[in-house]
Amino acid sequence: MSPATSAKPSFDMRGDESNETRVAAAMHGFVSEFGVTSALHMESCVRCGLCAEACHFYIATGDAKYTPIYKLDPFRRAYLREASPFAPLVRALGLVRRPDMADLQQWLELLYDSCTLCGRCTVACPMGIDLAELVKEARHGMFRAGLVPERLALMDRTARLWGSTATPGDDLPDILAEAAKQYGVQIPCDLAQADILVTAAPAELGDHTKALADAAKILNRIGVRWTMHQSGFDASNVGFNNGDLELQERLTRALIDTARKIGATTILLPECGHAYGAARWEAAKWYGAALPLRIIHMTEFLDELIADGRLRVNKIGETATFHDPCQIVRRGGLEAAARRVLGALGLELIELKDHGVTGFCCGGGGGVVSNQRAAPLRHKVFEMKKKQVEASGAKRFVTSCGQCRITLAMGAKQTHWDKPAESLLELVADNLTD
Amino acid sequence: MGTSSSRRSCRRLRPRSNSESVAMDLLDIARGPMLVFALAVFVLGSLWRLIGIWRRPRMPDLSPPRSGAPSKLSGALRAIVRGMWPRKEFGQTAAVTTLNGYVFHIGLALVFFGYAPHIAFIHRITSLRWPALPDPVMYLAAGATLISMLMALFYRLTSPVLRKISNADDMISWSVAFLPLVTGMAVLGETSSAILARDRVIYGAPLAVHLLTLELLLIWFPFGKLMHAFLFFFARAATGIRFSHRGVSL
Repeated sequence: MSPATSAKPSFDMRGDESNETRVAAAMHGFVSEFGVTSALHMESCVRCGLCAEACHFYIATGDAKYTPIYKLDPFRRAYLREASPFAPLVRALGLVRRPDMADLQQWLELLYDSCTLCGRCTVACPMGIDLAELVKEARHGMFRAGLVPERLALMDRTARLWGSTATPGDDLPDILAEAAKQYGVQIPCDLAQADILVTAAPAELGDHTKALADAAKILNRIGVRWTMHQSGFDASNVGFNNGDLELQERLTRALIDTARKIGATTILLPECGHAYGAARWEAAKWYGAALPLRIIHMTEFLDELIADGRLRVNKIGETATFHDPCQIVRRGGLEAAARRVLGALGLELIELKDHGVTGFCCGGGGGVVSNQRAAPLRHKVFEMKKKQVEASGAKRFVTSCGQCRITLAMGAKQTHWDKPAESLLELVADNLTD
Repeated sequence: MGTSSSRRSCRRLRPRSNSESVAMDLLDIARGPMLVFALAVFVLGSLWRLIGIWRRPRMPDLSPPRSGAPSKLSGALRAIVRGMWPRKEFGQTAAVTTLNGYVFHIGLALVFFGYAPHIAFIHRITSLRWPALPDPVMYLAAGATLISMLMALFYRLTSPVLRKISNADDMISWSVAFLPLVTGMAVLGETSSAILARDRVIYGAPLAVHLLTLELLLIWFPFGKLMHAFLFFFARAATGIRFSHRGVSL
């Protein structure tokens, strides 16, 4: 990507393709997604509207356009025209209009700005339709058409160049050395052999290096062979959020190939929700077989270490409430693990009104946190979370996803709210038994 | 078939008026070729749609399951059952919509499968029969279903969310489900025992219309959202398998 191209002003459109070319690319992208499960889910909707009652963007605004199934309308039309069992009939009789460029531009906002892929609608759907997965698949078509919010496109270009949205791999040793010096811990980098390949979220390579140091403190404490590595270190996988399948595959392969190269049996993911979604549940599909190593999120790693006595922590003895990151809990299955760690820390958990698989998203998932134009909408959603946290009356507010923490911090700043979300990892690291 | 032949013989004993003759011809069509056609469209269309979905590419989940995750079957069954009622977190709208849905789904099932003349009709076609429900239960079920379906329509026409997401299929599906109900109520002049005791049809035209509306429903069924009667099972199961694999308890 030349600097001239990357600097070109555009309204969320990459490249110079004609509208017709973009629409054709989007349709091709949409249609290539319809496996048996997606087809089943596209076919099963009875348009009851209950998904709206689950969506934080609809609840926060009352605007019907945020109804999750409505966000899928061009995708649905593509399915009916091109891939459904009655597609020839639908086309021949002109029963469903082909999406055009105006539709795609309109739905750009609905698919990227007002969906965090949190999947609360999936839990609400009486037909069991996994709407979040369908939105993610619809983004694949949008990306092919070059229709991505500009900020996400910029991150995409950066990740394609550097393998990370934060920094080139070349800079990793310096970043780690600086963090090691600042926090007084050893952070190995580029070891030729290790059992655990440790990865990071972009923010941890910039403003939040304490998370790196805390992970190092714990790993050093338990005495395992671990390393970070220039050739695969950023687990956040912007391709997963953007709908850029090629990039998603490349970033995933970077992690897996690096781990295999150094003989690691485990890839440790940071406190990042989408990293977990991309790596834990989707990495194997790029290889066409089960992976020869384990991919584990920081939360379950801590849970296991505490459970088997390898890590001991002091009791904090205060009340806490917990924000459930969507990709880690609702779509990741780690609801109990986080609570066991909180219990080990002696924190008396006061649940939010909506928690666990029905907890509200922070409002920034699916790339929405990075999409500046979505900020006003995101702040409305934040208000819902803020009210629930305040209603809990808990002294501490904890979560296990760095992206959620950033989103919540942005919301708190906007509303002058003095209740920062704390990291579960950092709480554990700060309270290790001597 | 014997019953049908004797009825035809019986009808021939006296001359029919022109209007009665047209009505009986219409009823014969509704009971004969139209019924066969509608059933054929229903069966073949539904199979076509199901097989069409089934033949889409499969994308197996190659990730290792969460330790202690239930089997695929267990995950699927749990999701199918869990989907039967809404979570309280989704509020009053979900509760009311679900309750109303139960009323007209159960009501339609009771009326279709429990009403004695319907059972006699099914018996003539399939030789299957079962005990009928008392007429008062049928009247109650039909009345509740009617009100419930009107409420569903009202909600669809007035809710901003439903107005936003509705399309022609919603109105067609509602209509073809509603028409057999109202046309059936229109021929409810007597008790079911009186209807069954008679050896000939006296409301030929209304009965033919009633039957034709049922056939309309059967013909539309494979093409619209009425197919959810079959699809919900598979859709919930697929999500149940995906989520239980991850250790998520839906």
